[in-house]
Amino acid sequence: MTRKQKRLAIIGGGVGFLTLAVLLVMFAFSQAIAYFYVPSDLAKADVPPGTRIRLGGLVEAGSVKRGDGKTVTFTVTDTLGQVPVTYTGILPDLFREGQGVVTEGTFVAGSSVFVADSVLAKHDETYMPKDVADRLKAQGVELSGKETVR
Amino acid sequence: MIIELGHYALVLALATAFVQAALPIMGARLNDRALMELASSAALACFLLVAFSFAVLTFAYVTSDFSVRNVWENSHSLKPLIYKISGVWGNHEGSMLLWLLILVFFSALVATFGRNLPETLKANVLAVQAWIAVAFTLFILLTSNPFARLIPAPGEGKDLNPILQDIGLAIHPPLLYLGYVGFSVCFSFAIAALIEGRIDAAWARWVRPWTLAAWTFLTAGISMGSYWAYYELGWGGWWFWDPVENASFMPWLAGTALLHSALVMEKREALKIWTVLLAIMTFSLSLLGTFLVRSGVLTSVHAFATDPTRGVFILAILVFFIGGAFSLFAFRASRLKSGGIFAPISREGALVFNNLILTTATATVLTGTLYPLVLEALTGDKISVGPPFFNMTFGLLMLPLLFAVPFGPLLAWKRGDLAGVSQRLFAAVAVGLFFGCIYYYVMNGGPILALFGIALGVYVIVGALTDLALRSGLGKVAGNVAWRRFSGLPRSAFGTALAHIGLGVTLIGIVAVTAFETETVVEMKPGMTVDAGGYTLRFDGMRNGSGPNYSEESGHFTIMSGGVVVTDIWSSKRLYQARRMPTTEAGIRTFGLSQLYVSLGDQISEGGIVVRIWWKPMILCIWGGTLFMMAGGFVSLSDRRLRVGAPTRAKRPKTIPVGAAE
Repeated sequence: MTRKQKRLAIIGGGVGFLTLAVLLVMFAFSQAIAYFYVPSDLAKADVPPGTRIRLGGLVEAGSVKRGDGKTVTFTVTDTLGQVPVTYTGILPDLFREGQGVVTEGTFVAGSSVFVADSVLAKHDETYMPKDVADRLKAQGVELSGKETVR
Repeated sequence: MIIELGHYALVLALATAFVQAALPIMGARLNDRALMELASSAALACFLLVAFSFAVLTFAYVTSDFSVRNVWENSHSLKPLIYKISGVWGNHEGSMLLWLLILVFFSALVATFGRNLPETLKANVLAVQAWIAVAFTLFILLTSNPFARLIPAPGEGKDLNPILQDIGLAIHPPLLYLGYVGFSVCFSFAIAALIEGRIDAAWARWVRPWTLAAWTFLTAGISMGSYWAYYELGWGGWWFWDPVENASFMPWLAGTALLHSALVMEKREALKIWTVLLAIMTFSLSLLGTFLVRSGVLTSVHAFATDPTRGVFILAILVFFIGGAFSLFAFRASRLKSGGIFAPISREGALVFNNLILTTATATVLTGTLYPLVLEALTGDKISVGPPFFNMTFGLLMLPLLFAVPFGPLLAWKRGDLAGVSQRLFAAVAVGLFFGCIYYYVMNGGPILALFGIALGVYVIVGALTDLALRSGLGKVAGNVAWRRFSGLPRSAFGTALAHIGLGVTLIGIVAVTAFETETVVEMKPGMTVDAGGYTLRFDGMRNGSGPNYSEESGHFTIMSGGVVVTDIWSSKRLYQARRMPTTEAGIRTFGLSQLYVSLGDQISEGGIVVRIWWKPMILCIWGGTLFMMAGGFVSLSDRRLRVGAPTRAKRPKTIPVGAAE
């Protein structure tokens, strides 16, 4: 191969690979991301059953019910809207009534119950997930000093 | 009084850093020896001052001096001594001070071990290091002063976040920072090269040991962090593709690419501009990581209380250094004489392939990490980009690289023989598939992809061993000759092989856990049994206990195999008094390379409790592989070539035949 051909081969290979990577990323973005909602958004947005979303808000006081041990139901609220959630598994240590929470999962067809397969934990009791804090503030929910992001 | 001395030492360090940032670079311009030599003494002085400052803060923690606000917020008099010490960097202010300490530590190392560097290069490198030190010292003094007093002093502290009260905190951040910040040296070398407008193979030879050291520590830091999260959080996960994890993973990927491209530059005088760019990018990603972690702009499972206002300051530092570096690069890169072109099928071609994939993969991780920020800024939509995205993109991109790994060391420089190398690797492929099938058979089926995943991992390992075997002429020459050749191989050859073996081992662990782990969530009452991974767990009941600053409830499980008691597990939930914060202490038992992982949930009526039990097959391979990688890094570092590294020697004919040298 001549010098020019070698250079072309390398550049061509590189560009080809990068194009592939970009296409892959775009495909993944269309498939594998989850939108974040708070309960009052869901009334406006039409989320088809089976679509993975993140649902965040406060755990409504007095709403946590333990079913047959493993399954827990609770209500996520942003004071303007409420969504019932079921979750099977072990709740994070810092899951408490009245505190912020982020859940991820789907709505099942023909039901208004959100089936969560993960409930996001926090590492720090003074920490509130930023997404939740922002949206709750936007909804006008007063957060006590302890819960807001310091 | 001593606290104020610590604060004052930090201010003095800032002044010293200013001197070190300005005068040596002028000396390099004016060719003034005295000014240039100032850099080394300033770097050492700066290190001593910051070290003193750090020692003072540690002293405040150890003596529980609650008149210091930082100590009051993050410590408790009842905390065990080790956590009082590690608590120094278990908070924002202290961890930034540790960052700075490690930065000036590296400057001091350059000053001490860089004796055979050309004077101007050394002066410039130390000056650039000082610019970074100035920025971060200012950051600490202006926004995050760990020495701020609290008057009147409270009687008791608020205690450290219980999750951080673990040996992991003592080890993970220092290692991670040694890696993160270690790349600052590569950055400074790159900037110095751009300032001087001159770069050669000797430059790559000086940069490589620093890259290697930083990379080795970063590998250790990430691996340690992963294991810590695995056992401490109680969710049994070892990697979440969380922004904070990606923040440390991106510099690692870029650093791995840098390690390989510096090799091409050193041996073949090619890829000069690219290597400089990579050095800049790697440290830029470290800075970005610091910003993402410290500002909390992204929702992370690992987020501790963060402060967005301080984030703005780090963002300014980020913009200044990254923007400045890239502008300098744009202006000066054309001055660097670019190296020769080479054949696509050759050792250097393989290393370019490695760089192409690693940087693309870094870019994908970066895109996935920052996309939520960008989208929110543009449309206001909040999204989360999680494991499915990264597995789909990063995972697929890595496949060709993993397949190519054994080819690299086997191809000759300049002109490689692809067909010949493929032939030599045939055995590795066969062995890989053999082990893949065996494991598949032992596990009684499972996803067919797992078979190929295991096969790929074994192939990478055997491929690395093939390289060593071929070089020592195993099977072609007499046994004792082969052994002599084997022990005469350069250490870097062993380093390469070890690191690649580690990659294979980690891959095997990842595939095995992903494909074959089992998870059971059950409600258990005393006397009940559950099966997991071929073992039977019997729940025996709960017991209350207490530690120095917590109370705990522990569940006892007896593990049986075929009706015979093998061992037992204690799994507990703790409540830390000072913060009224509960934590899960998972019970973990190791069987060979696999683990049983038990974490407790809520208590239900009649002494029953919800229990989550995982069987994690081969999981220790994930971290075991990184131990191989680290070993590879250290072995390579001890290579004679890197230790000697004197510019004059590079000109001498090599005693090692070309092609054997790695």
